Amino acid sequence: MVTSMTLQPPLIRTAAPHSHNPAAVEPSKIVIRDVNVFYGAKQALDSVSIDIPGRSVTAFIGPSGCGKSTFLRCINRMNDTIPGCRVEGAIEIDGADVNDKTVDPVVLRAKVGMVFQKPNPFPKSIFENVAYGPRIHGIASSKSELEGIVEASLKKAGLWAEVSDRLNAPGTSLSGGQQQRLVIARAIAVNPEIILMDEPCSALDPIATARIEELIDDLRQQFCIVIVTHSMAQAARVSQRTAFFHMGRLIEAGPTEEIFTNPRESRTQDYITGRIG
Amino acid sequence: MTILIALALLAAFSASVYMLSRRRAVALAEGRSASLHSLPGYHGTWVALWAGVPAALIIILFAIFGARIEDSALRAQVPAAVAELPAERQEVFWSDASAIARGQTPSEISYQGPIGEALAAKTAEARRLSVIGLVSVLALSGVLALCGVLLAYPRLSKDFRARNRVEGWTGVLLIACSTLAVLTTVGILGSLIWESMRFFQSVSPADFLFGTSWDPQIAMRSDQVAAKGAFGAVPLFVGTFLIMLIAMTVAAPVGLFSAIYLSEYAGPGTRATIKPLLEILAGVPTVVYGFFAALTVGPSFRAFFNWVGAMLVEGPMDPLGQYLMTVQNQMALTAGVVMGIMLIPFVSSLSDDIINAVPQTLRDGSYAMGATKSETVKRVILPAALPGVAGALMLAVSRAIGETMIVTMAAGLQAKLTANPLDTVTTVTVQIVTLLTGDQEFDSPKTLAAFGLGLTLFTVTLALNIVALGFVRKYREQYD
Ligand SMILES: Nc1ncnc2c1ncn2[C@@H]1O[C@H](COP(=O)(O)OP(=O)(O)O)[C@@H](O)[C@H]1O
Ligand SMILES: [Mg+2]
Repeated sequence: MVTSMTLQPPLIRTAAPHSHNPAAVEPSKIVIRDVNVFYGAKQALDSVSIDIPGRSVTAFIGPSGCGKSTFLRCINRMNDTIPGCRVEGAIEIDGADVNDKTVDPVVLRAKVGMVFQKPNPFPKSIFENVAYGPRIHGIASSKSELEGIVEASLKKAGLWAEVSDRLNAPGTSLSGGQQQRLVIARAIAVNPEIILMDEPCSALDPIATARIEELIDDLRQQFCIVIVTHSMAQAARVSQRTAFFHMGRLIEAGPTEEIFTNPRESRTQDYITGRIG
Repeated sequence: MTILIALALLAAFSASVYMLSRRRAVALAEGRSASLHSLPGYHGTWVALWAGVPAALIIILFAIFGARIEDSALRAQVPAAVAELPAERQEVFWSDASAIARGQTPSEISYQGPIGEALAAKTAEARRLSVIGLVSVLALSGVLALCGVLLAYPRLSKDFRARNRVEGWTGVLLIACSTLAVLTTVGILGSLIWESMRFFQSVSPADFLFGTSWDPQIAMRSDQVAAKGAFGAVPLFVGTFLIMLIAMTVAAPVGLFSAIYLSEYAGPGTRATIKPLLEILAGVPTVVYGFFAALTVGPSFRAFFNWVGAMLVEGPMDPLGQYLMTVQNQMALTAGVVMGIMLIPFVSSLSDDIINAVPQTLRDGSYAMGATKSETVKRVILPAALPGVAGALMLAVSRAIGETMIVTMAAGLQAKLTANPLDTVTTVTVQIVTLLTGDQEFDSPKTLAAFGLGLTLFTVTLALNIVALGFVRKYREQYD
């Protein structure tokens, strides 16, 4: 049985081979051990452990309601903002536990950016949206420095060419795909180490989605990216590693190519081939 | 009384028509209820509506307008003896004639000679007219009810679309109710405009809107009828504005901050206790706030300012001290502060709704950027909620300038042109109250001035409300 599965052709075509050079495996940026999450009495995650490498894209896949978003929110402690939510276990970034008493979530979240499902630009100008993080964290010491940060972030997010002549237009005046890139620019303006993305393309059309995927591939050079997606094709296209969640448990994690061609668990295979989900 | 009995009889008649038609529909179905287009109840309802509604309409119209019609029929012929009387005496004669006819007590005037005979004749005529009116209306409604049944009942059949017809009737009844509401508003507005026009015939609108002296009592003395400047409403506008400003200074920050606390900071438990408390505050009748202002707040403010004044006299600020010693209970500050307290729950519950309508994704976005709660409130939530909050504050302003009871009890009656919050001022609403309370003749400029003020107030609050609701609606659309 096991041998027959290794011989199977890829179920889904995965990213270009260069991204799977085993020699270039990054050391683990995020180390997670035995994480349980409860909403009131209801357990949403059950002893999840995983290592997430830096400077690469890790995709979380799984049927909806399996706890992917909940898990993502553990990493930047966004679960703190949800009344009744309790997180147990160790979540370490560069060896430091994020739930340690000495860690200020406000500082942590400057280091761990997040992009949401629905583009959520603030009711401010394009410029002010990107300048939001640098302003609250006092990153820029002068106006020109701030302008430099905004320009650099917009360029990295691939939006500069489209908005450079209307930085004072409201952020909400952009199209959905542009708004999502604006939000990414906003997140990278504070120079985070990790970017969490929760289904960032599920509200976008295929062309806008393709642009975001390209962008994610570029950003991988600089950031540790964790992306939740309901599209297995997307996970295969953009990620180097994939983790499959099912009913609050992490079923299996590994190099994307392996997960999609040769999953160890039958549940993973069932999900990938569309038999569950 | 007769009218009520007639309506009750009509209702009983409709009910029996309903039973009858229902039974007829059941009979038509021949045991297979699915063969009917509509349920038997719809057949019954439809015929009963035709039997009841037109007849009831006639009876109700008669109840409203009947007396007036009889009265004008009575006055169609004026007896010679009455025509000689002065106008007011004629009015008394007519009302006495109707009163005697109805068995009520007439005025104490004794009618002798030809007038007495005229009164007896007119009383008899009034009795006759009211009997004729009642009988003819009852007969008419009876005929209508019968006609309704006779026309509607034969149309019942298996395929008759009674269900759709009843739906049509429902539509008509609902439209009638909403039309009534609209017509009432139009009527109120019409009378306000009409009476104001009469006022502006004796006092020019420019004098009224820009005059700086308000003293309507002068006009009561016949040697000084409508003395120039006596109806200059500027002091009232200034007083109203001053009190509104003080009230908003209290209500806007306190209401807004408590809304922010409730929606962003308070836990579910705190929220569940504080929200109902605020709503109780909103339900306190304004007259209670009024005597709270007049009996508690006013005297304590006065005591405080007099005390401060006593400390200052004979010091370097002696004149100020002298002035503070003379401060009275009734002042703009008292009325404004208490009105502000009254408006707090109004502002806070409106703002709370508006802040809650700010999408959660914006909050998440801001927290995920590493913003604290207060940074999120200040930089994301308030800017997002601003148009809606502005609308809420404008609605509060419009309530503040229309508020009557608190200012009547706590602000004072003297129309002074002042911006000093420790002085007594008077407002538009207070003046309307004083102009219209007690016995008034309804064509002196003094009384009509109330309508002029009313129209001004109405225009301003209407404009404020329209603009404010526009803001709030636009804001809602933005985030739907
Ligand atoms: N704020 C919340 N309060 C209570 N239960 C929640 C909340 N958010 C998520 N859950 C529950 O936790 C489970 C996992 O949800 P989620 O992490 O959103 O799943 P996914 O992102 O994989 O679709 C679901 O059963 C969901 O009902
Ligand atoms: Mg999710």
